Amino acid sequence: MGSSSGEEGEEQWVPPSRRPELADVAPLPQADGPCPVVSIAYRGDFREVMDYFRALYAAGERSPRALRLTADAIHLNPGNYTVWHFRRVVLEALDADLLLEMHFVDQIAESNPKNYQVWHHKRWLAEKIGPDAANSEHDFTRKILAMDAKNYHAWSHRQWVLQALGGWESELQYCNQLLEEDVFNNSAWNQRYLVVTRSPILGGLAAMRDSEVDYTVEAIMVNPQNESPWRYLRGLYKDDNNLLVADNRISDACLKVLNKDWQCVFALSFLLDLLRMGLQPSDELKGTIEAMENSDPETGHADIAVAVCSILQKCDPLRINYWSWYRTTLSS
Amino acid sequence: MGEEGELAAEKHVRYIVTAEKKKDSFESLVMEHLRASGAYWGLTTLDLLHKLHAVDAAEVVDWIMSCYHPESGGFGGNVGHDPHVLYTLSAVQVLCLFDRLDVLDADKIADCILLQIFNITGLQNEDGSFSGDIWGEVDTRFSYISICTLSLLHRLHKINVDKAVEYIVSCKNLDGGFGAMPGGESHAGQIFCCVGALAITGSLHHIDRDLLGWWLCERQCRDGGLNGRPEKLADVCYSWWVLSSLIIIDRVHWIDKEKLAKFILNCQDKENGGISDRPDNAVDIYHTYFGVAGLSLMEYPGVKPMDPAYALPLDVVNRIFLTKQQ
Repeated sequence: MGSSSGEEGEEQWVPPSRRPELADVAPLPQADGPCPVVSIAYRGDFREVMDYFRALYAAGERSPRALRLTADAIHLNPGNYTVWHFRRVVLEALDADLLLEMHFVDQIAESNPKNYQVWHHKRWLAEKIGPDAANSEHDFTRKILAMDAKNYHAWSHRQWVLQALGGWESELQYCNQLLEEDVFNNSAWNQRYLVVTRSPILGGLAAMRDSEVDYTVEAIMVNPQNESPWRYLRGLYKDDNNLLVADNRISDACLKVLNKDWQCVFALSFLLDLLRMGLQPSDELKGTIEAMENSDPETGHADIAVAVCSILQKCDPLRINYWSWYRTTLSS
Repeated sequence: MGEEGELAAEKHVRYIVTAEKKKDSFESLVMEHLRASGAYWGLTTLDLLHKLHAVDAAEVVDWIMSCYHPESGGFGGNVGHDPHVLYTLSAVQVLCLFDRLDVLDADKIADCILLQIFNITGLQNEDGSFSGDIWGEVDTRFSYISICTLSLLHRLHKINVDKAVEYIVSCKNLDGGFGAMPGGESHAGQIFCCVGALAITGSLHHIDRDLLGWWLCERQCRDGGLNGRPEKLADVCYSWWVLSSLIIIDRVHWIDKEKLAKFILNCQDKENGGISDRPDNAVDIYHTYFGVAGLSLMEYPGVKPMDPAYALPLDVVNRIFLTKQQ
């Protein structure tokens, strides 16, 4: 299904056997095992490039022509880790221009954004270039994430660059932008958490919590059927249930959502957690839950947490066993 | 249109056996480096369907061993390729299927993982993580691959398990899940790697089972299938990653298994065999394996039970760990 390799780009592709610079090289064909039960019939040009590559690799030749051959082999199959590894050996031996190399791998990465080798190669390069690479690397991952905002490789690379080389300055702003584009983007919420907890310039979670709660509650109000901000909200009160329960903005948010949509599983489950953690329900909250229960005459529970749990059992049938289990953890 | 119903086991067996023989396709060019893994996916599926004898064991073992690098002790993805832990695990798993670990020098392979395939200074990186190869990738996938391989070879004592566990735990997120690195987004595939590695090393106490179990069961979509992250589409491969993790932490009853089984069965090509990522898409060997393995975890009739941590049929794992070692 994927697009064919060996595309245009280089105007006229000359097979290795017709390149003067490789005239003295004897191509080394792939050694098939004793029983090639699963051998592959390779396409002609692929076989030829690999045969020449193998010859130079076996000889350990660290030369410009070896570098060019690895580029050919990579264009034909960017997933070949041996070729990439050899390319790095050659690059080091030739003391090659690292920025030029970054340009090369970026082009490959753009058309193969989920290939492990290209990201590994980029990381190797960025590590060698150092902090100067941070901003251009961030620009590059931005470009990849503009095509697929959830590309795990790109996010891993971006997080590594941030933590190893820096460039935190506009990261929160970037998260804002991505969440404006798609508030359901869980990767962006995760990144936001990384920034809020680890950015050296924002003061850490405790300093950021208050404004982040506001931001998150607002996002929830825009679209309550969004798992990510609800989980993010829990993360903001990392291991501090008392603070979480004491923050009225959160129980208010649950209530507001439920007044509009009493079947919102995320709001119900958050409320349930709050109740289990010791939230004293306001009269308004009690009234809302009672009203919900009344819409279903089968139920009717004195304990408000049990009431919420029984509503969840009804409106989240896929996970009915989870909610049934949860109910057993409430009062006896 | 996919139609729900029975598992078309015979068709899948035929699909796998012919896929093993199909030589001249673009896919085989791109997949060239995954051959050892492809063999593992296909052969494990055959074994789960009680049809491992459909291939010639001696031929497979010969081919696997031709990918072996005696000087380093690792396996390449194919004949003539450099060794890599990923393919070393696949090769070891395939040999397990055929009960032929005897062809290996277990110490050599373990040492290779420790010395050659990890970094030269020896063993794990300082933070307890594994490197994918001498080129230094750090990803919890490699923690799993290494721990699983060493354990299958009865060589887990060769590494500092506490360090490895410590690193995995540092990749735990507040949603109870795990990412590829500390701070990385929770992802079902990475969760399997971390939970599997913690299971093998007897370190499951580091997991908040209820919290992670809830995150995992939230992965079930309305169509019954499982996704790997919030707001992503369901995909048959997560039937394995999510389900195996749920089984390991003993929370699999929190999802609707019947609906999931229907989703997987709807992804079958009932004419030519094979299973795809989603209903009506093209089949491949990877999703065929994950679909059948997922059904196995749900005790589908006629499919052998699977071990959720080692990703091998249970009888194979029992054979390895319950028989006497020299």
